Amino acid sequence: MFNQEELKEIENLKSRYETSQSALLPVLWMVQEKEGWISNDSIAKVAKVLDISYEHILGVVTFYTMFNKKKTGKIHLQICTNVSCTLRGGYELFKYISEKLGINNKETTEDGMFTIEEVECLGSCATAPMLQVNNKDYYENMSIEKADELIEHFKNHINEHLKQ
Amino acid sequence: MTKIILKDIPDFDKIEVYEDNGGYTALRKALLEMTPDEVTEEVKRSNLRGRGGACFPTGLKWTFMPKGKDKPKYLCCNGDESEPGSFKDREIFEKNPHQFIEGVLLANYAMGIKTAYVYIRGEYYKWINILEEKLQEAYKKGYIGNNILGTGFSTDIYIHRGAGAYICGEESALMNSIEGKRGYPRVKPPFPAQNGLWGNPTTINNIETLANIPEIINNGGEWFSKIGEPKHPGTLLFGVSGHVNKPGVYELETGTPLIKIINEYCGGVTGGKDIKMVIPGGSSMPPLTKEEVMSVKMDNESLKAIGSSIGTAGVIVMNEDTDLVKILIKIAHFYYHESCGQCTPCREGTGWLLRMLKRIDEGKGRIEDLDLLINVSENIEGNTVCALGDAAAWPVKWTIRKFRSEFEKKIPASPVTPEVKNKVHSLRHSEEPVKN
Repeated sequence: MFNQEELKEIENLKSRYETSQSALLPVLWMVQEKEGWISNDSIAKVAKVLDISYEHILGVVTFYTMFNKKKTGKIHLQICTNVSCTLRGGYELFKYISEKLGINNKETTEDGMFTIEEVECLGSCATAPMLQVNNKDYYENMSIEKADELIEHFKNHINEHLKQ
Repeated sequence: MTKIILKDIPDFDKIEVYEDNGGYTALRKALLEMTPDEVTEEVKRSNLRGRGGACFPTGLKWTFMPKGKDKPKYLCCNGDESEPGSFKDREIFEKNPHQFIEGVLLANYAMGIKTAYVYIRGEYYKWINILEEKLQEAYKKGYIGNNILGTGFSTDIYIHRGAGAYICGEESALMNSIEGKRGYPRVKPPFPAQNGLWGNPTTINNIETLANIPEIINNGGEWFSKIGEPKHPGTLLFGVSGHVNKPGVYELETGTPLIKIINEYCGGVTGGKDIKMVIPGGSSMPPLTKEEVMSVKMDNESLKAIGSSIGTAGVIVMNEDTDLVKILIKIAHFYYHESCGQCTPCREGTGWLLRMLKRIDEGKGRIEDLDLLINVSENIEGNTVCALGDAAAWPVKWTIRKFRSEFEKKIPASPVTPEVKNKVHSLRHSEEPVKN
């Protein structure tokens, strides 16, 4: 269940819109920020607090690609391979990271550390190639060397990163 | 070169610096000296056209909103910015957020709107946080909220974070997304100004469009109308990417020659190579050949005259070594992935385009596939609720029309017999669905 503080935040969000259903996306973001993904239990919980149907929320969660319907690794690497990134080595970057970690698109390493995903344009075309971590941080002007450093960094500083 | 948005003033994103350089004077002027209709008139006089791609006159759009206070009215600021090759709005949030905020306030005053939502793509977490902070600063200074500058005018601005759906940049899908629904575009009419958010009058404007408003109020619509090309005046934030030495966002007057943007501002093509193809305004716009690039000016009228469009002014440059079949597969995959699935021509057609292009790339294409690709594109175009269908069809149709030999090169030679020519293509012949 949501705690008191979260319930207060949900009321605040609802007050911004004409209907409580409109607070659905922000509330789903709240859930995903806290839990890392959106489980069926979470959907039921959100359905109750916003007084909308479970089925409606399931439809919304499956429509928007940023909502994770499965648990991902602690570090979710999303590498853009759209046109501008591809022109500057985005696909090679994806392939390199995929081979380095030994996983394919949308797979997670056995230790639950990394998930990789090939994604569409992230609006960072002038700083291509680039990747995004955990739906938040952009790492731009990437190279194979920088990818090595980044992965090492996450391996060594995972707790600090997750606390952010 | 006139700069309206990305001015060369250090720390211009800070509210104090913005105020010291004339920030929020347009708001003061409008609230204290102008009626809402006078604000709209000034915007009409400027001939400002929407920067989201459709180039619709902004002032005229505002006049579609009903007068009076019978129903609540809303403004949606479209910062979904998901068209591949477009990355200009994040520059505004980062470099000049208060001018955008002031633009929203002026729009709200002109149309009698009490609530504005800024819809920003979910991936722009950093820029959402930046804008949130800037909004709070403006609230604290009394520019947003109740009784703004003691004039009795009240309005609120909220950010609504998207969650990774390109289609939510389509105005009616954007409204559905704010309403907590799947981002399905709505059938028009009714248009948003009559029946928008929760059934109420709504106007949707692009972030860059709104960021232009304060300077129009400060300097007058006539001043603005004389910048750049008269039919599409002002500046544009050109986002240049791909094979250039200095990719980035450049604010330049409309009508700037494309080759000047590539060679002078962006330092030329990387490695001194030749240009093969340039997409002028985001990946959905018909691409340009080298010959067209050499002579075209970057404004909507000039691009329309050669069968393309300015779109979001996201310029993607490709050099002579680029494999256009592979690039078109990327583009086709994008629209296949982002089709909302509502309309059959788009939902099914984008998959057919993708599978046929992949077949050609794998060396299994047939020469008649090229006409079939154009045929499928033309059957998507114009047959869908929203413009995503057109966006998917145009790059395929025009890349093949303009660069046909690039595709023919990958197709094994086979005699074109009358049977092949007259073959009736059964669309059930498509291969296995692609794995996502």
